[in-house]
Amino acid sequence: MISVYHYMTVAAILFALGTYGVLTRRNAIVIYMCIELMLNSVNLTFIALSSHLQSMDGQVFVVFIMAVAGAEAAVGLALMITFYRNRDSIDVGEMNLLKM
Amino acid sequence: MEIIFFYLVALVAVVSGILVVRCQSPVNSALGLVNTFFCLSIFYVMLHAPFMAAIQVMVYAGAIMVLILFVIMLLNLGAEARQRYTKGIVWSSLASLLVLVNVIYFIKRGRVTGAEGDITAFTVESFGHTELIGKAMLTEFLLPFEIASIVLLVAIIGAVVLAKREV
Repeated sequence: MISVYHYMTVAAILFALGTYGVLTRRNAIVIYMCIELMLNSVNLTFIALSSHLQSMDGQVFVVFIMAVAGAEAAVGLALMITFYRNRDSIDVGEMNLLKM
Repeated sequence: MEIIFFYLVALVAVVSGILVVRCQSPVNSALGLVNTFFCLSIFYVMLHAPFMAAIQVMVYAGAIMVLILFVIMLLNLGAEARQRYTKGIVWSSLASLLVLVNVIYFIKRGRVTGAEGDITAFTVESFGHTELIGKAMLTEFLLPFEIASIVLLVAIIGAVVLAKREV
């Protein structure tokens, strides 16, 4: 029998993979893709628990997460295009103006 | 039988996730992410949420990934330089392993209580999932719904202003 713990474990593994990707990669777009992976693992947790608890609240929240993720995609990618226009690379190692 | 199918889909999702974080070319990572989105959509169907599965494919795999691929092709990125085993990789794998252990511990220890609502799988199949989500979103979650539309409007304006050539 597939319980809700199975789905939450898969979501946990995807979240840990996303964390590893955000901390390791140097390309800003790949970092953004790993953030989307983490958001999707949270979506899976919400929908698994909503289906287990037989309520609609989790799934409505997932709709809002998707809306905010779409907005974040637009703004974040526009930001990367602007940065590329100024510096000719999107390597996060070169975004170091705050370093002393 | 269903659990074998679940393990198969979970394996494909996790392997695609590993492809996302480990491929050197950003296009390969994007394709791995699209595959992960499809596997999650299969999970949503198994959890009696077919509307969310369709929305996942349409919004994530259909809109956000297309946007990411457009930006990758616009910026004409190549593969990033292969990084040696620096201190960064060791500490970040330690941190993500810590996150995984932490979350699995709380999952194992937690006691998810029984059903407390009344939206069973039978209700979803008889009323239609779209109607149930629409009813919830337009009665109980009306304020977040309106605020989400404002968020999308602000995001559109912000993206246009950020990516323009001359301000």
